[in-house]
Order: sequence, then C-alpha cells, then structure tokens
Amino acid sequence: MAIKAQPPSGPSAGPPQAGPRPLAGPAAVPRSRGAPSHWLPKAVVAPSFLLSFLFIYGLMAWNGYLSMSASRLLPNYEFVGLAQYEALFESERWWVALRNLGIFGGLFIGGGMALGLLLAIALDQKVRVEGLLRTIYLYPMALSFIVTGTAWKWILNPTHGVEQLVRQWGWADFSFGWLVDPDRAIYCIVIAGIWQSAGFVMALFLAGLRGIDDSIIKAAQIDGASLPQIYWRIIIPTLRPVFFSTLMVVSHLAIKSFDLVMALTAGGPGFATDMPATFMYTMAFSRGQIGLGAASATIMLATVAAIVVPYLYSELRVRK
Amino acid sequence: MTHHRPALRGTCIALAVVALGTFNLPAHAGEVEVLHWWTSGGEAKAAQALKASLQAKGHVWKDFAVAGGGGDAAMTVLKSRVVSGNAPAAAQIKGPSLQDWAKEGVLASIDDVAKAEKWDTLLPPVVSDIMKYKGSYIAVPVNVHRVNWLWANPEVFKKAGAKLPGNWDEFFVAAEAIKKAGLTAVAHGGQPWQDLTTFEAVALGVGGADFYKKALVQLDPASLKSPTMEKVLGTFKRIKAYTDKGASGRDWNLATAMVIKGEAGMQIMGDWAKGEFIAAGKAPGKDFVCVAAPGSAKAFTFNIDSFAMFKLKNEANVKAQKDLASAIMSPEFQETFSLNKGSIPVRMGVKMDKFDDCAKASSADFGATAKSGALLPSLAHGMAVPSAAEGAIKDVVSQFWNSDKMSAKDAMDKLASAAKTK
Amino acid sequence: MSPRLTLHRVLLLAMLLLFAAFFLTPLYVMLSTSLKTMDEVRNGTLLSLPASANFSAWAKAWSQACTGTDCGGLQPFFMNSVWMVLPAVLASTLIGAVNGYVLSKWRFRGSEFMFALLLFGVFMPMQVVLLPMSQVLGWLGLASSIWGLMLVHVIAGIPSTTLFFRNYHVGLPDELIKAAMLDGAGFWQIFWRIVLPLSTPIIVVTLIWQFTNIWNDFLYGVVFSGADSKPITVGLNNLANTSSSVKEYNVDMAAALIAALPTLIVYVLAGKYFVRGLTAGAVKG
Repeated sequence: MAIKAQPPSGPSAGPPQAGPRPLAGPAAVPRSRGAPSHWLPKAVVAPSFLLSFLFIYGLMAWNGYLSMSASRLLPNYEFVGLAQYEALFESERWWVALRNLGIFGGLFIGGGMALGLLLAIALDQKVRVEGLLRTIYLYPMALSFIVTGTAWKWILNPTHGVEQLVRQWGWADFSFGWLVDPDRAIYCIVIAGIWQSAGFVMALFLAGLRGIDDSIIKAAQIDGASLPQIYWRIIIPTLRPVFFSTLMVVSHLAIKSFDLVMALTAGGPGFATDMPATFMYTMAFSRGQIGLGAASATIMLATVAAIVVPYLYSELRVRK
Repeated sequence: MTHHRPALRGTCIALAVVALGTFNLPAHAGEVEVLHWWTSGGEAKAAQALKASLQAKGHVWKDFAVAGGGGDAAMTVLKSRVVSGNAPAAAQIKGPSLQDWAKEGVLASIDDVAKAEKWDTLLPPVVSDIMKYKGSYIAVPVNVHRVNWLWANPEVFKKAGAKLPGNWDEFFVAAEAIKKAGLTAVAHGGQPWQDLTTFEAVALGVGGADFYKKALVQLDPASLKSPTMEKVLGTFKRIKAYTDKGASGRDWNLATAMVIKGEAGMQIMGDWAKGEFIAAGKAPGKDFVCVAAPGSAKAFTFNIDSFAMFKLKNEANVKAQKDLASAIMSPEFQETFSLNKGSIPVRMGVKMDKFDDCAKASSADFGATAKSGALLPSLAHGMAVPSAAEGAIKDVVSQFWNSDKMSAKDAMDKLASAAKTK
Repeated sequence: MSPRLTLHRVLLLAMLLLFAAFFLTPLYVMLSTSLKTMDEVRNGTLLSLPASANFSAWAKAWSQACTGTDCGGLQPFFMNSVWMVLPAVLASTLIGAVNGYVLSKWRFRGSEFMFALLLFGVFMPMQVVLLPMSQVLGWLGLASSIWGLMLVHVIAGIPSTTLFFRNYHVGLPDELIKAAMLDGAGFWQIFWRIVLPLSTPIIVVTLIWQFTNIWNDFLYGVVFSGADSKPITVGLNNLANTSSSVKEYNVDMAAALIAALPTLIVYVLAGKYFVRGLTAGAVKG
C-alpha cells in the first residue's frame, strides 16, 4: 500500500497527520464540462452499503432480540427480558471465555503485528532471497483451520511432539506440556495463531514500506540519523494508515480464531481454552440454548465495540 | 395464423396433462435426504447398506453427510435448514433431543409403520419410550452401543502380574501393578465426553444401577449431593494418577491404540473401540479382552443411534420416508449395520451367529438387563438428559478431572446447579 | 547500494532463516506424514522422514476416501468450490474497489461515518449469521443453493475489501483525479483508466485475502450450500473428522494438502505480481 508522506506540505514537516485526508467530493470538483453530478457516487455505493448494513446491523438486532427470548433448540420469540444475561454471567465457563479473549486477543494482535512488522523491516533490507522468504512467511494463511489445528496439535503434543523431539536430541529433562496444562494451553493457541497470520501482516507492512519515498530517508541519512532512528522516527509513524488497516485485519482474525481453537484444543483441557466465539457456538448449536448463545454474542460484540469504536473515531475524524 | 392457434393450444394442454400424469405415475419413486455423520470407512459401508435397501424399493437417497464432534456440525446445519423451511427427510438425532425437536412441531409420526411391524414388541420399553413423543413414534432406532465396557490387553496384564478387575478396588490393584511394571495403566483421552464416559462408568460401578438412575438420569439433587456421589467423585479422580501425561485432548482411538500396542493396560470405552482392535488385526479373547466396566457387570448403559423423521410436504417423499423407517428396523439391515459398525442390533431377536464373542455377550446382557431394569441410558452420549443439562454436567466433571483445586464437595454443588440447566 | 557481508547482515539472515524454519515445520510435518504408510505413522516420530515417497494416501484422498455414503474422495467437491469461489471473489473485490474509490475520492457528507459503520462488520463473528441468514435465504428462495452461498460470501466480504481499497486509494494523489477531470474524464473513466491500473498491489492483497477466506471457509459452506454444491472444505471435514473408527492420518494430511493447493498456488503466483506492482513505482509520483 503506497502512501505519500503528506498531501500539501513538504516531506518532513513535523509529525505526520493521522493519514492523508480523502478528497472531498463535490466541493473539490471544479465545475468543469465533464464533472459528474454528485448523486452518481452515492448511487454507486448505495446498493452494497445497504446490503451490508442490513446484513451487519439487521443481524445484530435479530441476535439482540434472541438474547432476550426464551430460545432453546430453535428460535422462539417469547420475551424474557434479561434472564439469559443473568444465566450467562453466572456461568463459570463464560468468565473463563472472557478472560481467554483478553489474553489471546492481546497477545495475538500484539505479537502478530510486532512479528509482521519485524519481518517486513527485515525483508526490506534488500535481501537476496526475499521472494522465497516472503512466500515462506505468507503461505500459512493459505491453509485452512483443520490443517493448521491438526498439525500444531501434533507438534505441541507432549508425548509425540516437540517435547519428545528435544528429549531425543539429548535434553532428557525438557518438558513442554503447555498444550495439556489448563493454565497454559491458551498460549499454544497464540503461537499457532501468530504462525498463521504474521505473514499476511508482513505483506501489508512491506507494501507500506515499499511505498515510502526514498528521498525522505536519504535526507534523514544526510542529516546524520542512524538506521534505527530513521525507522523509529520517520518510517513507523508514516505507516500509521497501514497500521490501522492491518490492525483491523488482525482483530478480525482474532475473532475468527474460533476455527483454530476448535481444531487445536476444542476449548480444552475441559473448557480452559474456551473463547466467547466457541462458547456461543457450543451453547447455540450443541446444547440447544440459542438464547444463551445470543446473549454471549451480544456481549462479545459490545466488548469489541467498546474498544474499536473509539479507535475508529480517532482515526477517521475529520480535522477542520 | 388464427386458426393455427387453437390447435397449438390444444396440443400444449394435452402435452401438459400427459406430463402431469407421467409425474404422478411412479408414485413410489420418492426422494429422501438423509443427514448423518457416518463418514469413516466402516460407517460408510453400513450407511451404504441402508441406501441400497432404500434404492431397491425404487426411491432415491440423497446423502447429506456432515462429520465432526459426534454430530455438532450436523446439528448446526440441521437447525439452519429447519429455520429456512427446508428440513431434510431424516436426520441422525438421538436421546432426549428427539423430544426437544418433537416439541418444536417439526417431526412427523411414523406410527403407521410402527404398528404394522409391531415395533412395541421388538424393542425394550426403555428404548421405545425414547423413540416416542406423546405416545407416537417419531424416530426409528438403528443400533445399540454398550458404553460400560473395559478393554484390556492380556499381555500387559501378564507382564505386570495383574488380574482383570471385577470391581473398583480390584481395578486400582491392577492399575498399581501395571504402573509398577513401567507401563500406563489406563489409556485415557482427555476430552470432556471421554471424561464423562469414565465418570458415568464409575458412578454405575460404585453406586449401582439405582443410584445411577436417580442421580444421572433423574438428576435428583439429593443423590447428586449424597455421600455416594462423593465416593464416586473420589474414585473418579483417583484414576487420573494412572493415566499418562499426554492424555489431554487425545482422541479416543489414539487411546485405544495405546492398548493395542501394549503401551497401556486398559481403556474404559464403549464398544466402538472393538473396531480399532479388529482393524489392527487383533483377535478378541486372545489379543484383547472385553469385560464390563468394574462393578457394572449386571448393568448396561446404552447409546442408541436413531433417525428422526421430519414433516415433509411431497407425498412421494413421505412414502419414501416411511419405507426408510421400515428398512432401518428390518432384521437384515440391523444385522449388516451392526456387523460393520461394531454395535449390536437394537431389534430384539436378531440372530447373532455372525457376531464375535464380545458382541454376543453384549446382546445377551441387553436382553437380560431389559428384564431386570438395569438397562440404562448413557449420560455421556446424549441418551439420559437434554443436551443443555448434559453439557453443563460435562463441564463440571471435566473441570473436576483437570483441576487440582476443586474439592469433591465443590464439584457436588456445581453438579447440582448444572443439573438445573434448561 | 549492495549490502556488505557484515555481522549485521549475518545476524539478519540468521534471524530470517530461523523464522523460515518456524514457518515451514508444520508444512514439513504434513507433507512427510502424507507420504508415509500408516505403520510408519504409528511407529515413527513427528519429524521422521518417510521411508519412500508413497503417494497412495494422495490417491486415496483424491478419489477413494469416504465422505459419507459416497466414497469418491475429494474430487467431486473440488469443482464445486471453484465454481463458487471465483465469482464470489471477483464480485466482492470489484465492489470493494468501487466503494474504496468513492469513499476516498468522491467523499460526500456522512461517507466517513458510513465507512466506520461498515468497518464494524469486520468484527462480526460468523456464527451469529447462520440462523437469521438461513431464514432470509429461505424467504428469497435461495436456501441450500450455490447462489445463496455466494451471496453470503460476497456480502460478508464487502467490509474488508472496502477497507483495503479505501485506505489504498486515499494514498493516490488527488492531482491525478483533478487532472483527469480537467481533461473531461467522467466518474467511471477515471476509475477504469486511472485508479484501477494503479491499484495492482492492493488488488493482489485483496484477492489473496478473499480467495483464502472463501475457499477455506467451512461454516457457511456446510450450512448454505445445496446437495450438489458442497465445497471442498465440507468434503475435507467429512474425510478427516470422522467420529469413530480408524483414522488414517496420512490420508487426512494428503486431503488437507489437496484442499490447500489452490490457495497455495494463488499465494505463490500472486506474490510475484505483488512485488511487480510495488517496484513498478506504483505511486511514487
């Protein structure tokens, strides 16, 4: 993703703004002969936006209603107020799931972004085998969850996987029983998750890095800045819009991690690695408690909203 | 031009009438879409037998297989299909879930087939009750799995100088001996349903059939908090010391493999484990032994697969659906299916000549316990209580197994509140 | 500026290679398991090499493994996925490109807010969608069909594709658009002739993203597809996730790799175009 440093002012005019501002439609269009009327852009995006809003918000509303209904095996529209939410927060398993979302979300997003950025910067150093390495880092995204989950389950298994391997190599006391430890299993999911998505983050950051104007860097080098300083002070801040969309993507993956959790630990040992998404699925579909599942989904969405909305607001706010 | 029109119109109408007529002619050529999760080699063969017998009657079988989780993914799809108004003709649903679905009003009655073939005389009452809703049959049973089995490797026992256990005290003696010999005593897969399977075997063996019925089927709160339950929980937790470290998350068939390979002495698992032994070329009685789970020789916990019939609009398909139900209960299918799947026929009176000794013993016990009242639905396999309560109990039991910080008293309180889950 | 072989460079390369090993190990495990016989799998260790390159597991996974009462392997499902994925990917990418173009160059009052609302769709967990969407598709008469499945995938993909294109197009210089308009170009001409050709890197990224998501999706595929349009993930799940009886791990791994081949190929090929798009000085002005 190629981002020019600043729209109007010069290359190194102080700290960069929060991303370039979009071109304002009708106001910026000179009333020349071929200027399209200002209904066309709106008409063009209207259908897909309308469908998407119905899809997103319509379904959220439907889900919200279900969370206040007595639905069990199939949807049922009898209103019961907040009873499902009460049951939800009395469930020990739900609290475990919430805790895991925090741990997994934080580590996965932070770790994935950091590793992706690190790999992108490393690959940007004009390495000869860049093409091959890039493919190696990127390919895990191509694999489906069954594949990733099964492979990692084997690798992390205490009796057959890494532990056995290292012991065979000589370190007889080595133990790596994280996967079977209720307190540690969640970190295994983090490892597998980062493995799967760091490459894609790297690709996005690499695109951003490649789009940065060399002249800025050369100017800074002439001024005597060292390479780490250049990265820290100029390049990384310039990547802010890339950072934004990458963060969106990685967070999306964190929510989608349902598949990975199901394949790797199925929420186990016991329910130690349960997450709100797997909790919702289990309650709604395996246990005939659709109302409870809907309540958990609403809380999950609310939590996500509480974090994402302020961020979106700060990124997209128009500065007059 | 105008005088061609009536002739043309007439021909069209005539053609239409003929076409409609032709559509009505093969009145028996219906189509059944069958949702199931039998996708492995052995299971597929068994299902193919059913497909063949249906096709022999001129109907079409539309296969709708969704593997995974013992039916979790299939249930998700089923719900979506029912909500979209497009339910399949038959779906693999079992236990109390049948009543839940029937309550929603989407299941069709197959009483006409049941009465014509006298199903009430061919099935034990405890089984036919599950297949009925408000007195009408809404599902047809396919086979019976016995859950309270103990599978053992005689070589391992000989090496350890241990004896096959008949009750839980003997069990721990044998386990201790095997452990001393450097092998794993109990092959266990640390998945919640396996934890619960072991738990119910302990409950049955330590508490007896009546306790099992009161506590785990009727969910009587007093029984769930009784001293017997405390003893059951204690015995259950003791087993953990005899399992190996890699047990967590292990698939059941990998645990069976440990017994096959002689790395472990015994496994508490239902009769589908037999299929693993046979597939590995082991002979029953010689290379592996089947005994009732300790203390439960006179009881039988069953897991019955069944197909629920959904309400259909198309007449021909309804007929096909009824033929399907009839085919499932036929002696030929009952025998073929169970031979391929490692279970025993649910229809009473089917000849057991082609079955191996473990199956023959199972069948004899099935008949005996049906009369004695010790024929009990398996909690861990969705036969005893609705899925919400079963799931909540499974959570508690699994947590108790995995956590070192939970006391038996805590577990009992949690069990009592889990049992109330609706 | 050719890099010299300093300690700095050596460390850099070492780190990159270490990570490469981390990324490659699971693939190696899968590949080697798929080439072993079941005895080798049972008796060997995770990383042990197969005795010889035995492709029988691959043959079985493709055409003989059981996925229900049909034992025809993954072959029947493969084309279903292809027919379903290609239109869905193209449609959602195109819609995203147009949306991104409008949101970045033709901003109108409320468009930023609408964009923010759309973005929230990125966080919707898939499971929430299942039941209501089934009901809606039932009303539309699209239930249990490949069209219903495609529709769901396209709509579900609009938030992410719009995000990618919008953020990319924001970086395209406005002068280009203004100049084109002064030349008399209209809305669509600017899109097809100027903006889209400059968007190659992000088109590639979006295609990778959408193709991966839609090809690898299981949940929507199993719920919304019809009897004859089940995608390959459903076949793979039936093959690998059997709930009883002997598990043939080598066949499972071979099947998983077969299912992953198209996406892997897309990645390898797309990687080349990705770089070409960037080094062609896409937006260096």
